[in-house]
Amino acid sequence: MIAIVDYGMGNVLSVRHAFEHLNQTVIVTDKPEELRKASHIILPGVGSFQAAMEEIHARNLYDLLIELAQTKPFLGICLGMQLLFTEGTEGKHTEGLDLIPGTIRKIKTDYILPHVGWNQLMISNQHKAFKQYEQAFVYFVHTYQAETDDKYIVAKSTYGEDITAIVRKDNIFGIQFHPEKSAKIGSSIIQTFLNEVTK
Amino acid sequence: MIAKRIIPCLDVKDGKVVKGVNFVGLRELGDPVNMAKRYSEQGADEIVFLDISATNEARQTIVDMVERTAKNIHVPFTVGGGVRSIEDVNRLLQAGADKVGINSAAVHSPDLVKEASHRFGNQCIVVAIDAKKFDDGWHVMTHGGRKDAGIDAIEWAKKVESLGAGEILLTSVDADGVKTGFDIPLTQAIVDAVRIPVIASGGVGHPDHFTEVFQKTDVSAGLAASIFHEDTYTVKEVKDACIKKGVLVRET
Repeated sequence: MIAIVDYGMGNVLSVRHAFEHLNQTVIVTDKPEELRKASHIILPGVGSFQAAMEEIHARNLYDLLIELAQTKPFLGICLGMQLLFTEGTEGKHTEGLDLIPGTIRKIKTDYILPHVGWNQLMISNQHKAFKQYEQAFVYFVHTYQAETDDKYIVAKSTYGEDITAIVRKDNIFGIQFHPEKSAKIGSSIIQTFLNEVTK
Repeated sequence: MIAKRIIPCLDVKDGKVVKGVNFVGLRELGDPVNMAKRYSEQGADEIVFLDISATNEARQTIVDMVERTAKNIHVPFTVGGGVRSIEDVNRLLQAGADKVGINSAAVHSPDLVKEASHRFGNQCIVVAIDAKKFDDGWHVMTHGGRKDAGIDAIEWAKKVESLGAGEILLTSVDADGVKTGFDIPLTQAIVDAVRIPVIASGGVGHPDHFTEVFQKTDVSAGLAASIFHEDTYTVKEVKDACIKKGVLVRET
């Protein structure tokens, strides 16, 4: 059973539907005993980094999420992906889960922000399973992005500068765009995540 | 680079998609979720639902529709029409809408835009602006484009951006229903005035009208209703026309 972490940051219905569409059993919860029982942990989220981390601390999820990421397949989506990193710089500096080294900072671009709409992926040669998504269009909505070592970057996009789109460190994955809103490609990317972590 | 978005719009009354001009002679076209699903399979980048129901009871049916859409459609969708309060916005977002459109209520109570974007995030608040040309420039119109609010549309666009709107859905009242193409001067004027995405609406009668607005303005997206209904043109035909002219769109 897949657990989607419910910590009050945005609607998780679409993420839930996306996994159910792939015939997965899903639970939406913030209860430690249920999260510990789950096969995979999905951390969604929309909103500000600081508010999200405050919610995670308020619900006593901080240590638990770090513990779960050591042992289970873990996927952060959108803001949930950003929380995987060391720190966020939106508003005041806020420590993240620090599961992947890196900083969340505002996108440096002459184009309008947020970066919203369908943009194309460029896949790193190190991540063969995702090579099928070269040039695929996926749906982004964000103003901040992850600055991290290239070795963690599975896919980038470009919007006046390179945009970190998919990251991976062992069993921990992060997706900046919304796979649950990216039509068939998005569904396929979620399936690839599931395949990769069950190898 | 980011693709130009093609957005079919569905006018919904009492739970059914309707076609008609100015709320008279409405004809039922079908179930909104089925139609939205068909459009998304044709390659629609987003879907907009505009609730034109007159009663509160009918508005409840829109919540059911939003829930069914969230379950069956895997592209972003916006719901607008009759959104007057934070509770309205919350209800639609909770039901699964990605964005909520605020139109007349924004004119009457700008604080709603501010409060909604603060509470739910700018990215999910779309302010719809209906604009009509007068001797002294474009005016904001309310009541389905019939009533002059006496506000300059360009100034209003800047104002809603400062209030926290994440996007502007711009409808030209002059072009709407005429089918001779988007209002290019209005669209460019609004795009130049703000630093948030603008969706052009009103006037589409042919796929080439999309390529025209994308080539002549820096608009982010184009929206149309009637040309997609009853398969006059498919979303794919619009995208093929764009690709032929070198406009970057999402190919499916």
